[in-house]
Amino acid sequence: MTLVCRNGRSDSLVLEGRLGGGECVAVSVEEGVITRIEPAAATTRVLAPAFVDPHVHLRTPGREDEETIASGTAAAAAGGYCAILAMPNTDPVVDSAAVLGSLLETARRDALVPTGFMAAISKGQVGEELAELGELADAGAAAFTDDGRPVTSAGLLRRALQYGAVTGRTLALHCEEPTLSRDGQVHEGAVCAELGFAPYPAVAESMMVERDLSLAGAEGRPVHLMHLSARGSVDALRRAHERGIEATAEVTPHHLVRTDEAVRSLDSNLKMNPPLRGEVDRAALVEGLRDGTIACVATDHAPHSREEKEAPFEAAPFGVTGLETAFAALYTHLVQPGLLPLETLLERMSAGPARALGLPEPRVEVGARANLVLLDLDAEWTVEADGFRSRSANSWLLGERLRALVLKTVADGRVVHG
Amino acid sequence: MRHLLSIGDLSRDDVERILASADRVAGIDDKLPSLKGKLVLTLFFESSTRTASSFELAAKRLSADTMSFKAAGSSVEKGESLKDTVLTLSAYDPAAIVVRHPHIGAPQLVARWTEAAVVNAGDGKHQHPTQALLDLFTMQQALGRLEGLHVAIVGDVVHSRVARSLIQALALVGAHTRLVGPPTLLPTGIEALGCDTATEVEAIDTADVVYVLRMQRERMESAFVPSLREYAARWGITPERLRPGQKVMHPGPINRGVEIDGRVADGPDSLILEQVRAGLAVRMAVLQDLLAARPALEVVA
Repeated sequence: MTLVCRNGRSDSLVLEGRLGGGECVAVSVEEGVITRIEPAAATTRVLAPAFVDPHVHLRTPGREDEETIASGTAAAAAGGYCAILAMPNTDPVVDSAAVLGSLLETARRDALVPTGFMAAISKGQVGEELAELGELADAGAAAFTDDGRPVTSAGLLRRALQYGAVTGRTLALHCEEPTLSRDGQVHEGAVCAELGFAPYPAVAESMMVERDLSLAGAEGRPVHLMHLSARGSVDALRRAHERGIEATAEVTPHHLVRTDEAVRSLDSNLKMNPPLRGEVDRAALVEGLRDGTIACVATDHAPHSREEKEAPFEAAPFGVTGLETAFAALYTHLVQPGLLPLETLLERMSAGPARALGLPEPRVEVGARANLVLLDLDAEWTVEADGFRSRSANSWLLGERLRALVLKTVADGRVVHG
Repeated sequence: MRHLLSIGDLSRDDVERILASADRVAGIDDKLPSLKGKLVLTLFFESSTRTASSFELAAKRLSADTMSFKAAGSSVEKGESLKDTVLTLSAYDPAAIVVRHPHIGAPQLVARWTEAAVVNAGDGKHQHPTQALLDLFTMQQALGRLEGLHVAIVGDVVHSRVARSLIQALALVGAHTRLVGPPTLLPTGIEALGCDTATEVEAIDTADVVYVLRMQRERMESAFVPSLREYAARWGITPERLRPGQKVMHPGPINRGVEIDGRVADGPDSLILEQVRAGLAVRMAVLQDLLAARPALEVVA
């Protein structure tokens, strides 16, 4: 069982809304299962399959002051998610069945929404020896990743791909060539040149994307590319798809909405890895998401304590939160201006990520477990530091006014929000 | 002006007002009473000789009380955060805090946490606005104008906060800037600040002022240039590479024989010592501009 959450009663309820933004329907849920879908009176609310986030940092174990399984999954519920995958770069790293087992046990007690855990590709995520991938897969690892850092050694990555025949799990890859990114913190370009930051060029990502895709092609094993930020990466992925290479990719709301121009504020809540890039990159990411080259949206929700982020940009840690703002940010900045159809966004936040990581696809059909999100697209709200369920408030959207509100989330047959 | 954090925050009027005021105080030998009863705090998280001493002397010449705080040997070494350090020192009600910090944007944060006027005395590789102002002042005194002046900045622009502030300041007053140096030391995209770039040293030929940047030994480790020897041979400013009458400036400290030949540094067209003198006048003008119009933070007896 890859996804776990706390036990509880399944709910019965009726939800009405425009299904996927289309026809108005009433969906009846009885004891957690969808039993009827009928035409309903006109409403402006939208009902859709709930969201799936393949990239969340729950900071547990080790930094429970920043996030716990309980607080992180409450944030996910508030954001409309019915399933999330947590990253293994914790303290200790999730690289043994013992650590993974204890996390799954905690999640069975504390997780509000079904949660899966990725395990490390390499022991300690230091990129030298393979973690015990077979045992980790048997213990319930959802996928494998060294997220936070790249698998620098092409040889090690090749072995991990080959070993995928044993685990049956996907490798999720953080693509960064460290001798090019060096100590870089800001996209190489005019903004970085003016502000004086160490540059992190786009090619540091895209050449690693090309390497990883070529290894995946050579081994005939699937890979999932995490948090793409550069035009060159999208182009490389599109070419790989044309050659029949099995690869999926994700993109974050912040890379789809903001560019390096935002860094002029020197706000440490705009510091993440990979960095915000140029307008050509942002446009290529939006186009990649629209045409399906990029399969899904992932938040890369990365909570950090206030003390750590209340520091000069260079001294602050990488990462921003995103679970509670993802849909509203993308609705406001991509759907409303006509850059992305609503149905595409809903697909890329639900079925897209589920398929990419081999998770059950949330479906609105009779007989399915209810995984639903009810949205008010007309509501406006302001992102406030004290308004989060997450234990951290390092959002890149603080103070911003957004359109669209998650009214209710049903995850695995239970109302978890609203 | 509320703070002086970046040249980018200034208008041309601001710059001209400060330079005019520096010109007035430059000729005065006596102490001025303008900041009597006010406290100017210098907060240095990075070593400095000329900037720290010139701010302190500027404040004293304006009759302010001064207090200097250095990170070395302080509670910063015990792990105190920048915010806590600023909150603690702000309890003395300083009228101004002069900050130097190794990280970009630290003065902006300090300004958020204190009531005092904040002066950026250098933040990482970002900005050093008083250096740019004193450089403008030096050029104006030596050449009689700034508008239309051609300035070539030579060397390690990538790692230079002095260059970033100066490029912006020169653009603001209508001067032309050209950056000259090895392509690895000219930041990608810097032209957006309003300058052009060249990699051959001959490109300094049309400049009225050749502004030489310090070449740091550490840069060799990261392969920015093959060796100091090769750098000096290709980009070092020697008498042979200058036209008669071309002025030469350098923010100091200089590496003789690397980025600048000793004969140039000590030659008749060198303005290096004028820059140091201008530093005092300009910093007096900046402190006066920020503080003189404001009521003193006096304790009511």
